[in-house]
Amino acid sequence: MTIAETSEGAQELLPKARTAGVEYLREEGSVLRIPHLPEDVEQVPTGDDTMIINMGPQHPSTHGVLRVMMELQGETVLRCKPVMGYLHTGMEKTGEDLTYLQGPTNTTRMDYVSPLFNELVFSLATEKLLDIEIPPRATWIRMLMCELNRMSSQVLWLATNGMDLGAVSMMIYGFRERESILAFFEKVTGLRMNHNYIRPGGVAVDLPEGWRADVLAILEAFPERLDEYDTLLTGQPIWQERTQGVGVITTEECLALGVTGPILRSTGLDWDLRRDQPYLAYDQVDFDVIVGSYGDTFDRYAIRLNEIRESIKIVHQILDKMPQGDYRVQDKKVTPPPRHRIDESMEALIHHFKIFTEGFRVPEGEVYVAVESPRGELGCYMVSDGSAKPYRMHIRGPSFVNLQALPHMIRGALIADAVAVISTIDPIMGEVDR
Amino acid sequence: MGLEDLNHNFLTGTIEDLVKWARRNSMWPATFGLACCAIEMMATGAAHFDLARFGMEVFRASPRQADLMIVAGRVSQKMAPVLRQVYDQMMEPKWVLSMGVCASSGGMFNNYAIVQGVDQIVPVDVYTPGCPPGPETLMHGILTLHELVRTGEITRRRAETGAGAGVHVTERRVAVATPT
Amino acid sequence: MDEPDAVPPEDEPALIHGSISSLSRGQLVVHPTRADYIDMVGLLYDDGYRMCVDLTGADYLMHLDRPLPAGVVPERFEVVVNLISTEMRRRIRVRVQLPEDDLTIPSIYRLHPGTEAMERETYDMFGIVFTDHPDMTRILMPDDWEGHPLRKDFGIGRIPVQFKGAPPAR
Repeated sequence: MTIAETSEGAQELLPKARTAGVEYLREEGSVLRIPHLPEDVEQVPTGDDTMIINMGPQHPSTHGVLRVMMELQGETVLRCKPVMGYLHTGMEKTGEDLTYLQGPTNTTRMDYVSPLFNELVFSLATEKLLDIEIPPRATWIRMLMCELNRMSSQVLWLATNGMDLGAVSMMIYGFRERESILAFFEKVTGLRMNHNYIRPGGVAVDLPEGWRADVLAILEAFPERLDEYDTLLTGQPIWQERTQGVGVITTEECLALGVTGPILRSTGLDWDLRRDQPYLAYDQVDFDVIVGSYGDTFDRYAIRLNEIRESIKIVHQILDKMPQGDYRVQDKKVTPPPRHRIDESMEALIHHFKIFTEGFRVPEGEVYVAVESPRGELGCYMVSDGSAKPYRMHIRGPSFVNLQALPHMIRGALIADAVAVISTIDPIMGEVDR
Repeated sequence: MGLEDLNHNFLTGTIEDLVKWARRNSMWPATFGLACCAIEMMATGAAHFDLARFGMEVFRASPRQADLMIVAGRVSQKMAPVLRQVYDQMMEPKWVLSMGVCASSGGMFNNYAIVQGVDQIVPVDVYTPGCPPGPETLMHGILTLHELVRTGEITRRRAETGAGAGVHVTERRVAVATPT
Repeated sequence: MDEPDAVPPEDEPALIHGSISSLSRGQLVVHPTRADYIDMVGLLYDDGYRMCVDLTGADYLMHLDRPLPAGVVPERFEVVVNLISTEMRRRIRVRVQLPEDDLTIPSIYRLHPGTEAMERETYDMFGIVFTDHPDMTRILMPDDWEGHPLRKDFGIGRIPVQFKGAPPAR
């Protein structure tokens, strides 16, 4: 078998002369110009004292298959450009080929660290097109699962971020905490990841026996552990040195770039879709939106850590308010008949068969729905042409947009901080490339 | 042979067995995570499942120091040449473990963007099913590979197929020793 | 996400900055022509829609005669832009019709620098060219890829699955 050339040329440092012209033009995008602010663009030195270095796509701290091209002067990063597409899976195309009921199977594999949010946004978009109201219990089960998923996602971020910055013990702790939530997910959905649990019309199954005790056990263990992380990281001088003042971004830059989630909140703007444009039943729970003030890596760390605490608060309220009732909508059009009916009635069997083979038809229309995922605004733009499959299904991945802030956060930083900045954006490449 | 008469204890054996034993016991995987499976691969290496029990916790960032490539996740058309390059950078002898259905066969993504099976690019020795495979499944795959290397079965199979050994973890002919 | 106040009822499409607007499932949509597109985004920017959260395209090859508000001429391609105002807590969606034979549209990169990558993605997936864009290259597919995958006349690229060498039943 022959060695294939990569599409971007050889994976090595290219001579300056070969990269200069074209690459400079391509990387012009890394200099941010905001219309209502004065032009403040530093002139990039052009000379032989700069070096273009390639990081990734196979690199342990690029969180998957991100490739970053950096131009260095000594140890200072002058410009950088994220190159992506190494995990492009064609999910939007595949989504047009799957029925609405099969859709969450596809979308759940985008953001594989918080899969339930992708299922949620797909289901919400479908339900909006169908114009159906899901039962309250389904809404609250969705909230419960999503908040637990938010906790596991932020904990995983703490783990990987700790690993990237040299706090390897944090990685071990983070994965330990994540396992406890994943065990609960496995009990409810049957899978540790990629659950396909939230489906159009409700959720796949009701919560199992004893779920309350399981959730309470998680909630009891967490606060103590979070305090341990505070001791381990927050006050630690090395951690502070490596994160404070690193990767600073302002509110104006965030708005111009469309950056959402913890990065936007770290600049001081309290924008959280759960509070500002409530979906599910987030208007019935009480929680705080955590904001930072400096827009640096440390703020983003603190926000994510404290968002776990807020999620714990929300889950406690969900436990108190969880209503009884159906876990999926009782609409013959979208809901398959219960299992025991299939054995009794031929009509139920035919109905079941038709729902799972042909799917259900969704009225014509187009809709955009957004939820607050752990990484920011996760949107779904869906167009239906009246058939059983989406005509166009587009997912707005927060990581994809947030990653575009990398050149601005990294400019002028040291190359050692590049790892911290990439990590603080928390890009999930499955969602970036889709 | 009368070895019991000797003053010092020592073992005898063939050099081949020694090499196989050494290869089996010092297998270092490369950190080559692609997609969802990479998270499960990290979870396998972390506290709860603890791959260190099998002497496998040293994930090497540089392919030149690794001898096992765990292809963890879907391989896109754009990533395929990179994957091959990483494989070529690894030192012989090297093993490839295809983790998850996407790497093994393209999985549910039968479309323009995904390579339908990583065995089109690199020779695969062990296929691990699952989407993603749980840490237990990955460990089973790794132990299967260990056993193939220890018994020398892997070289026989490679000679047979002309490519990777292509063992499925569900295959019954490969016995997996219980870890001690 | 819904726009409860200050929007006209659905049966009489109102104008927003001179362009036809409509409600789609309660969400505010404005349909400027391609010539008005960049001015429209600029005027909306002045109205407070400071953040562009999403920019994507759609290919309506199979539905060239789809229902649209009166006065909007359907074309094969659409560019869909989602804008958000964090102060008003509102969203607005801009849909621009693009004919198949002239797939160019001005880039809003100068106004919303974050659309740089999104416009590249739309170019990559649909072949819609954004003029004035600093770097109109492929972003997700390899540079030497032929075709634009999300177009409806681009096949999904499925390879038939053969079950060969399956182990016998045990």
